[in-house]
Amino acid sequence: MAGAATQASLESAPRIMRLVAECSRSRARAGELRLPHGTVATPVFMPVGTQATMKGITTEQLDALGCRICLGNTYHLGLRPGPELIQKANGLHGFMNWPHNLLTDSGGFQMVSLVSLSEVTEEGVRFRSPYDGNETLLSPEKSVQIQNALGSDIIMQLDDVVSSTVTGPRVEEAMYRSIRWLDRCIAAHQRPDKQYLFAIIQGGLDADLRATCLEEMTKRDVPGFAIGGLSGGESKSQFWRMVALSTSRLPKDKPRYLMGVGYATDLVVCVALGCDMFDCVFPTRTARFGSALVPTGNLQLRKKVFEKDFGPIDPECTCPTCQKHSRAFLHALLHSDNTAALHHLTVHNIAYQLQLMSAVRTSIVEKRFPDFVRDFMGTMYGDPTLCPTWATDALASVGITLG
Amino acid sequence: MKLSLTKVVNGCRLGKIKNLGKTGDHTMDIPGCLLYTKTGSAPHLTHHTLHNIHGVPAMAQLTLSSLAEHHEVLREYKEGVGKFIGMPESLLYCSLHDPVSPCPAGYVTNKSVSVWSVAGRVEMTVSKFMAIQQALQPDWFQCLSDGEVSCKEATSIKRVRKSVDRSLLFLDNCLRLQEESEVLQKSVIIGVIEGGDVMEERLRSARETAKRPVGGFLLDGFQGNPTTLETRLRLLSSVTAELPEDKPRLISGVSRPDEVLECIERGVDLFESFFPYQVTERGCALTFSFDYQPNPEETLLQQNGTQEEIKCMDQIKKMETTGCNQEITSFEINLKEKKYQEDFNPLVRGCSCYCCKNHTRAYIHHLLVTNELLAGVLLMMHNFEHYFGFFHYIREALKSDKLTQLKELIHRQAS
Repeated sequence: MAGAATQASLESAPRIMRLVAECSRSRARAGELRLPHGTVATPVFMPVGTQATMKGITTEQLDALGCRICLGNTYHLGLRPGPELIQKANGLHGFMNWPHNLLTDSGGFQMVSLVSLSEVTEEGVRFRSPYDGNETLLSPEKSVQIQNALGSDIIMQLDDVVSSTVTGPRVEEAMYRSIRWLDRCIAAHQRPDKQYLFAIIQGGLDADLRATCLEEMTKRDVPGFAIGGLSGGESKSQFWRMVALSTSRLPKDKPRYLMGVGYATDLVVCVALGCDMFDCVFPTRTARFGSALVPTGNLQLRKKVFEKDFGPIDPECTCPTCQKHSRAFLHALLHSDNTAALHHLTVHNIAYQLQLMSAVRTSIVEKRFPDFVRDFMGTMYGDPTLCPTWATDALASVGITLG
Repeated sequence: MKLSLTKVVNGCRLGKIKNLGKTGDHTMDIPGCLLYTKTGSAPHLTHHTLHNIHGVPAMAQLTLSSLAEHHEVLREYKEGVGKFIGMPESLLYCSLHDPVSPCPAGYVTNKSVSVWSVAGRVEMTVSKFMAIQQALQPDWFQCLSDGEVSCKEATSIKRVRKSVDRSLLFLDNCLRLQEESEVLQKSVIIGVIEGGDVMEERLRSARETAKRPVGGFLLDGFQGNPTTLETRLRLLSSVTAELPEDKPRLISGVSRPDEVLECIERGVDLFESFFPYQVTERGCALTFSFDYQPNPEETLLQQNGTQEEIKCMDQIKKMETTGCNQEITSFEINLKEKKYQEDFNPLVRGCSCYCCKNHTRAYIHHLLVTNELLAGVLLMMHNFEHYFGFFHYIREALKSDKLTQLKELIHRQAS
């Protein structure tokens, strides 16, 4: 139910979030998202499968790990193989044969981060395809149109993305434009009953701008909100304050999706701050560089120190990699040209992320989330008091003290 | 270990090898193939995806070239390479070299043989070689041998003779060391038949090796391109005629479907399965038919398909392509081709592999165009399953005396 401090959500937007439990100290919540391709327990980490594939693992493997929602990228898929082909293939679900949920971003972020010659105007983002050199305009309408063809369960508005390190009038311009683009996306959306359009809160690191954006966007009739424009080059101190500001002004009865966050510590802290959904390329990308995620950080398995380490990556981990293989074998395989090494680590890292979220959720349901946080920080940093200052501050702001 | 032949038809041996492995309870069918691995793992595949494949052979091939550099680690591990690589239930055969990577010549001496790994050259004397095998503890291993003759063109008789002499000397030394090793009592040494293209030397190698207490024979030096195999087939018949019937005959470097059949007709039992891997690496899928008794409707459709594909094959061969593409055989289709962009059929209709049951040609095409890792995974699963299915059909054809039909079918598709 909407709290007194937040805007009441409008009637007609579908209520896709059911709250199951709330932490009595922090803002952490456990819930369930009811989506067209099944229920998703929150908080949830969503692995990123950019080009209709979760890198080297099959959809069967991803399903076996318990993943029930993952990402696809509109920018990439819009160029290759293109929305028309995907539509013929029964949408992205049919094309990649994924039976569970999909979330697609709008293409805006990639546009700005990947394309050197992109130009943002009120119309949209004009850019040149790196594959065939053709010029395209990605407008809010075009982005929604592509996402309609992809058929993902959750689609994102096209936002005017500005790096978090940018200051000055551009930030304000982008924030207001994102509101206008949200309205255009809502108007253009052909399938609001089958695909849930999320708004993306912008405003950079400016509290006033962000507050304005929150106030305006929460007036719109959308099923969920994302917190965007963060997880770039900003300081962690600024980062958490913007997350906390955002969650304090977002309706409680709708999901909060913090985009681009995936480091374990960040996930735990941002759950405490009231976020429900996360995505990040980090776990899958770092796997392909030979790095395995563990409760104490990560193991760079290519290093010689693991050459004769005959234990699994993590003895507590239940993933197939840890059930069957030793660090020593993975070390040897990583030094070969057999891609299987990368797949073993991708499986493990996704399992790590999902197991972490599951443990977080259970602790919220069992009313011991603050203790969980202390244990987590203790394991990760040797002692809860050795946790990074920003995290300590962020947790303190929502009533969780460490040590 | 016991090899029993069910029947011999036109030189082809159909049978079973029983009582295999450390516990003596594994069986292998012949003719058959071994699972190709790189550094102890099927290429691109984890345990999960490997086990999606139907018909995976009971024995996997490991290569010393990928494992020798891990000798120290395996020695400390103590429990053998099977457990180390996560395949404790599989039978394991350790060959010297990787059939896919050519080995540079000039590195065999009277005392040592070198293998080439990612880390560089590993030189092995007989004692080092046997020490490595002690650490690996495979079920079968190729004896240290001088196979260099097949790496070079136009070798002198003197050099060929030396390859036979050296290999026999290595064999005797290895057998002696095996006797002294408790750990290696359960491993079987496979004697290597050398002799290049010189009939006299081939026969000498076969006869002399057969005198030793080896568990089986590796026919080495028959690899090369299809033309060189043609000329060597006569040699092959003469060689296998010298070998005892009750011991398995493996051949190295021969994996193409048409060549496999030629070799089976000349008394070969076991093959490496690197051909499906090579097909995978060039973004292709095996589509050749081996169902010599399909229903009439299927035949018509398949034939049309095959004719289409042969036409395209000719076109492709005329095109200027990369070195990799020029090796495309007529047993496969190239999924990178634009015509597959909107093809929502499976790779092979009726194929029960994971890829064909779950994905389309269009999807594989997309994965290849976007350079995604999953392309290799899915293609490998299909290509292995297709290839293992082929071997199953060879055995069925031999059982029901239909080998000629199968041969004709394969021959029609080889160009």
